[in-house]
Amino acid sequence: MTQKTGAADVLTVTANGLYCPAGDFHIDPARRVANALITHGHSDHARPGHQKVLATRQTLEIMRLRLGDHFADASQQIAYREPLAIGDARVTFFPAGHVLGSAQILIEANGRRVVVSGDYKRAHDPTCESFEPVRCDAFVTEATFGLPVFRHPPTSQEIGRLLQSMQLFPERAHVVGAYSLGKAQRMLALIAEAGWDRPVFIHGALDKITELYRSEGAPLCDTRKIAAADKKKLAGEIVLCPPSAISSDLWLRNFPEPRIGFASGWMRVRARARQRGVELPLVVSDHADWNELCATIADTGCSEVWVTHGAEDALVHWARMRGLAAKPLHLLGFGDEDEADAVQDAQETTS
Amino acid sequence: MNRFAELLDRLSFEPSRNGKLRLMTDYFRRTEDPERGYALAALTGALAFRHAKPAAVRALIAERMDPALFAMSYDFVGDLSETVALLWGATGVVASRPAGSNHPPLTLSEIVETLSRAGRLDLGRLLASWLDSLDETGRWALLKLITGALRVGVSARLAKTAVAELGQVEPNDIEQVWHGIAPPYLPLFAWLEGRAEKPSSIDPAPFRPAMLAQPLDEKNFDDLDPRDFIGEWKWDGIRLQVSAGRDPSGARILRLFSRTGEETTGAFPDLADALGRIEADAFALDGELLVVRDGRVQPFGALQQRLNRKSVTAKLVSEFPLRLRAYDIIAEGDEDLRGAPFEERRNRLEAFVANSQSPALDISPLVRFDDWQTLAAARADPAAAGAGDDAAAVEGVMLKRRDSIYTPGRPTGPWFKWKRDPFNIDAVLMYAQRGHGKRSSFYSDYTFGVWRTSEAGEELVPVGKAYFGFTDEELAKIDRHVRAHTIEKFGPVRVVEHGLNAGLVFEIAFEGLNRSTRHKSGVAMRFPRIARIRWDKPAAEADRIETLEAMLPPT
Ligand SMILES: [Zn+2]
Ligand SMILES: [Zn+2]
Repeated sequence: MTQKTGAADVLTVTANGLYCPAGDFHIDPARRVANALITHGHSDHARPGHQKVLATRQTLEIMRLRLGDHFADASQQIAYREPLAIGDARVTFFPAGHVLGSAQILIEANGRRVVVSGDYKRAHDPTCESFEPVRCDAFVTEATFGLPVFRHPPTSQEIGRLLQSMQLFPERAHVVGAYSLGKAQRMLALIAEAGWDRPVFIHGALDKITELYRSEGAPLCDTRKIAAADKKKLAGEIVLCPPSAISSDLWLRNFPEPRIGFASGWMRVRARARQRGVELPLVVSDHADWNELCATIADTGCSEVWVTHGAEDALVHWARMRGLAAKPLHLLGFGDEDEADAVQDAQETTS
Repeated sequence: MNRFAELLDRLSFEPSRNGKLRLMTDYFRRTEDPERGYALAALTGALAFRHAKPAAVRALIAERMDPALFAMSYDFVGDLSETVALLWGATGVVASRPAGSNHPPLTLSEIVETLSRAGRLDLGRLLASWLDSLDETGRWALLKLITGALRVGVSARLAKTAVAELGQVEPNDIEQVWHGIAPPYLPLFAWLEGRAEKPSSIDPAPFRPAMLAQPLDEKNFDDLDPRDFIGEWKWDGIRLQVSAGRDPSGARILRLFSRTGEETTGAFPDLADALGRIEADAFALDGELLVVRDGRVQPFGALQQRLNRKSVTAKLVSEFPLRLRAYDIIAEGDEDLRGAPFEERRNRLEAFVANSQSPALDISPLVRFDDWQTLAAARADPAAAGAGDDAAAVEGVMLKRRDSIYTPGRPTGPWFKWKRDPFNIDAVLMYAQRGHGKRSSFYSDYTFGVWRTSEAGEELVPVGKAYFGFTDEELAKIDRHVRAHTIEKFGPVRVVEHGLNAGLVFEIAFEGLNRSTRHKSGVAMRFPRIARIRWDKPAAEADRIETLEAMLPPT
């Protein structure tokens, strides 16, 4: 019997998620484990209760803000590009360009190099370090937008549409939903970049993370908390809120003729926008689009691809057409960030 | 095109009526002629591109990408135009050519004008080059436009209201002049912007009420002189009037009408398009709609394939090519010919058809006779009397007085129809009952009636029952009709809506007729069967009991 070598020598899939036997650790585990390496702070990746957590300084800070001081029994921070030996494996974190502190993790073990991408994007984002392709034998990639219909336009174009709408409807408050970790702050930076010089009004749920970003030096525009402002006076202003708030009639009440926007890669599909009652869909995503996914797989030079959360089948099909070994992982617990963070948003809104 | 695409995009996300109005009025104000006129045409559903169909769009993407990736994408997005618009240019989708930036931006006018001239074979190449030059919203708008399904929540009325606001007139003022103008509506915008007079509300392509023939009673022959009449074949098709003119800017306006004046242009865009190319500025012809394939008139069943279709596909058009077989000309140029004698109109018609050189138009030939015996022989054997290969599509002969003027309605005396099979009537479906055996899940036994005048007015009286004479496909359609139009149920029997304004007409063929005291109508049919389902015929035009009584054997 011939032993087939590949990513399986380095990583296996257990009930808790991706596991590296050589280093005895999990990556972004779905349940409490002894040793967890966390790629980034989104709630479907960074769960509370592990014994030991290894992550970037910013990710640990985000986990503390969102999950409380006791988010893990012990935590250790790691800088980008600094290798660390864990058991018989060596791990190195590289920027993933997804949100502040987000990382891809290179694991070297048994003479093979495997990269777990976490969530990532290649597009412009002034609020976090850019993705860096890492050569490897096997690449474990996300595929949130793993269908060829998903191609995100340049962010400047989408911000332009927001500002144009402000001109066309100066008597209306523009209320834009954006995930509270990452997307909201990226929007604040992009809006500043586009030359908007008035403050943007933000929902209370965005407050803590936004302040963290600002203290990390992200070039955000001036913000005001909405609680302090009179909603009725926000005609002609930009309001940012978590996605759950744009479906809350109660919260929307009192804004002058609110014009509802939503910043998300899902907005590329009209039916998705209409389902949520969005009038101003803004295709701004913190995930790689189809072209970025395909290009990144090629950039890593890998011969084997594992595809995790998202539209796995299409990307697996594409990789196989290119002669790569490819398989879908169907990991549990990673859903739509949309849903995972909606829960988080709801908690933060009520807390 | 960019501006139009942007408009459609915004409309599709704008929930409020006022918001939509504002977007449209703003667009009409900022956009120049003829671009905005074509946009108005698109929004009011006045544009139709005969070759541009979903199948063509599907073919275009199929030759550029892996079928599994397409299937997964389509499945996720759920809308063909949108899927293709999103896929164009993605990794794994073959690019047709590097986008040329030297071309001036594509305009809506260029698309509309090019497509109206383009043949089916050009379509793929044209679409691909346009898709290459547009952004995602532009591609989506283009594909929505050409497949004729904008679905942006704008009715024709709302679009006209937006135009009305441009000139601060009432929407009804737009409706008033609407029939007299055609895309790109230059006279309309000139008027709304105060640069010209209000366009004439005279409709350049109106319906002219049709003249109908009365059934011939053979006793009539004693009183008629064969020299006063011209004979024609009675075709087994659908009566159609084509009316054509030009709007004040010279644009072609052409409409097709059923015999009752219902506009059917949209159902037969290929025919309308072909007839629209006839050079004459204005004309109105009366004739029979037929399917003519390889020079031969096809049976009525072929024509039925073209009726009640939601979309007219390229396949349908090529498999069932339509032709108008003209037998009268009722207007030409400025002349209303309805007051001219038939013989003169016939001469005008012959000249018109010859000059038109249209493959979609021919003339109904005359049946020559010197006496009634010759005419009866022709009616009995049309093939031998000149109908040749088309004889199967002849259902009788028409007799028209040489001096008859074109009189709307069914005047007594000038025109007669003399059908081949005397035992054929049009009756209205009244009751339906479930069938037996494999048909037990369908309403397949039908009771039908004809009109009579009672003290209460016009009413239908049942004259027979039929349960065969239709295909399984037709059965399924009638069954759907029955279920959708049931007004009452008595055990297994459903009462199907029937009246002067509603009801399904069957052409009933039967072997003979007897008097009967058991039947309310006083007549009993032998072996009645459904010869044809007349989805096109108004119930009010079904036969009367007097027609049946005239068929009874002498006592
Ligand atoms: Zn994430
Ligand atoms: Zn994720």
